Amino acid sequence: MRTVIFRTAAPYLASLMVLFSIFVLLRGHNEPGGGFIGGLIAASAIAIYGIACGVASVRRALYFHPMAISGFGLLLAALSGVLSVFFGVPFLTGLWATPHLFGVELDLSTVMFFDIGVYFVVVGAITSIGLALEERERG
Amino acid sequence: MAATESMNSIDTSAAMIAGPTQLADWLVLMPVVIPIVAGAVLLMARHEVRLHAMIAIGALGLAFAGAAGLLYRVVTEGTLVMTMGRWVPPFGISFSADALGATFATAATFVALAGAIFAIRDIDATGRRYGFYPFLLLMMAGVNGAFLTGDIFNLYVWFEVFVIASFGLLILGSEQRQLDGATKYAILNLVATTIFLVTTGMLYGTFGTLNMADIARKAPQLRESGPLMTIAALYLLAFGMKAAAFPLNFWLPASYHTPRIVTSALFGGLLTKVGIYALLRVFLTLMPVERGVLSELIAWLAAATMILGIMGALSQSDVRRIAGFVVISGIGVMLAGLALGSPVGVAGTVLYAVHSILVMTALYLLAGLMHEAGGSYSLHEVSGLYRSNPFLAAIALAVVLAASGLPPLSGLWPKVMLVKASVDGGAWWLAFAILLSGFLTTIALGRVFILAFWRNSPTAGDDSADFGGAGKARPGGYMVLGMLALPMIAIGVYPDPFMQLADVAAAGLLDPSGYIQAVFPGGGG
Amino acid sequence: MESALSVLVGLFFAVSIYMMLSKHTIRIVLGVTIFGNAVNLTIFTAGRVLREVPPIIPEDVVTPQTLVANPLPQALILTAIVISFSFFCFLLVLAYRAYQELGTDDTDEMRVAEPKGEGLPPLGY
Repeated sequence: MRTVIFRTAAPYLASLMVLFSIFVLLRGHNEPGGGFIGGLIAASAIAIYGIACGVASVRRALYFHPMAISGFGLLLAALSGVLSVFFGVPFLTGLWATPHLFGVELDLSTVMFFDIGVYFVVVGAITSIGLALEERERG
Repeated sequence: MAATESMNSIDTSAAMIAGPTQLADWLVLMPVVIPIVAGAVLLMARHEVRLHAMIAIGALGLAFAGAAGLLYRVVTEGTLVMTMGRWVPPFGISFSADALGATFATAATFVALAGAIFAIRDIDATGRRYGFYPFLLLMMAGVNGAFLTGDIFNLYVWFEVFVIASFGLLILGSEQRQLDGATKYAILNLVATTIFLVTTGMLYGTFGTLNMADIARKAPQLRESGPLMTIAALYLLAFGMKAAAFPLNFWLPASYHTPRIVTSALFGGLLTKVGIYALLRVFLTLMPVERGVLSELIAWLAAATMILGIMGALSQSDVRRIAGFVVISGIGVMLAGLALGSPVGVAGTVLYAVHSILVMTALYLLAGLMHEAGGSYSLHEVSGLYRSNPFLAAIALAVVLAASGLPPLSGLWPKVMLVKASVDGGAWWLAFAILLSGFLTTIALGRVFILAFWRNSPTAGDDSADFGGAGKARPGGYMVLGMLALPMIAIGVYPDPFMQLADVAAAGLLDPSGYIQAVFPGGGG
Repeated sequence: MESALSVLVGLFFAVSIYMMLSKHTIRIVLGVTIFGNAVNLTIFTAGRVLREVPPIIPEDVVTPQTLVANPLPQALILTAIVISFSFFCFLLVLAYRAYQELGTDDTDEMRVAEPKGEGLPPLGY
């Protein structure tokens, strides 16, 4: 798989896919999309990069260990549910805030942070399994 | 919140819970959310292995406090319900803790706390870096979630959570034996949970709801038309497999002795009990009539599980494998109460489950300390421990007596209740099976005690101070075993409050009206 | 429509159980995967096959205006797919590792954890 064409194209392809995965993640609030599918797209982007450039360079590019990434996602998702303890509503209730930043109205919600958490859990978990499989193939 | 109403002017009063949530209601989530958050933190801090044990023990201590508080509240005020996301049940997923779930969650978290303390020495830095403590915390979140959830699909999800975390614990170290055991454990558990899922799909197709209180409410009307018997039989298959009941128990002795001893201890103490819990919940709360039809079958399965299980233990010489078969035999005893279905029988099962959570964990940990002191798990090689570790021998005797159901320890009373219930129900042969299995357990575990503790070690010729290679077990291990032995002694010596608790739990299972009332306070839905 | 799907579900179950009865881990893993898919299809069918209209409610109304697809089975299936997918990943790695370490994918020959021909425990002192 380590052809010149693939190795040249893979970083661009991977970065485009990561960008697209963030788009899918944020779009998921009102339209088809969301954290899980976005996470899968990002994980496949990382997998493509890994196939082209090797597992070591993926680990370097990610900086954090994949399991730490999914731990962060889990924490984010759990905390966005726990936030409702301060508002007297049950766990995981959607809470909204609409701050005005630079003249733009932003709809922020715990639902979105939960979804971002799911995104990181999926990216981390799938990437760690994928990297483990790719490492074995080389070794 | 307020912002929601301002954004869209749709009237949601019929679909949303209006009143504010009391802070005390969060008790129902503490045993689940605290382990998840702590597990996530530990996953992020994977290189700070020194902190792992501290954070995990702190989190489990907090979760235990939450579970104990929940138990107190449930016993004094009745079933505690919180429905996620403010949606009215059955549309929102409910967490509903009744006396049964709270009791099990308390016992399970206590045992996990003991395991986490034991693991300080048992699991080295490599094991921690591979995620022992995070997996332990996530497994506890799954186990407690299963005990406390009020939604049957959610129960499936928690099953999967703890099964996945248990895979991580099982292959920690990746030795050959572990991979061998894990292959069988993983495949058979996956098949069991998938059967659980397909049955839940059929249940949904029949009832159109997944909320357990709602199902319990609707079951009488649908009994004529719906395939409830099929669903009940499939649930018996799925949960029986998870609980390691007789014809489906072969994954347990194949895998439970392979991981680190503290992992074995927690698996033996906790995981099969989740299967028992699910059986109790589904057959007593949701489908009592179907349980009546199946009771004969369940009784035979119970008898076969306890007798054949303990016969497996008699044929083994590895202490951990003996413990595995003792776990299976205990599952048979618990199934007996389910088969009887009378208040005394169910209360006996509940109390036996609590006893089993404590004693099976203690049995594996004892095996670990015997290995530490005697250098081997095999009865051919361990000997002379009474002389070298007298205090360990005392605790070992307590554990052996408790597991065999002899006074003055915790195994006695639930067995008394179950035998009484069997005789009252006219199932004298089931009573005989319970007593026979207790007798055989005494032989199997008594032999362990005699050979490992009383037998002189072959190298220690006479009364000299030479202990023949037998070392000392570490004091920290004693402390953990003592911590587990205390409630066992308490149940054995002063059983009244525990029996009352079991009675309350059994009454709540057999008459779910209080449970339904707590989930649907207005009677609507 | 439901009856056709039921036949398909039955076929899926038959194939998966046949595969799981094999003693080679890789076939079992494939069987388990098909099993998961059969279950997903069961849930889908059990939720009644209605119209292929997405259950999205327009902005100015509260309830769907036409008959729409039942969203709950889809949510359940999505959850089940996520779980069975991660299980499949894990089992794949596990089967591969077991094959590397134990040198066989035949479950009958995996006897490291439970060795053949173990003697009886000591019967006396």
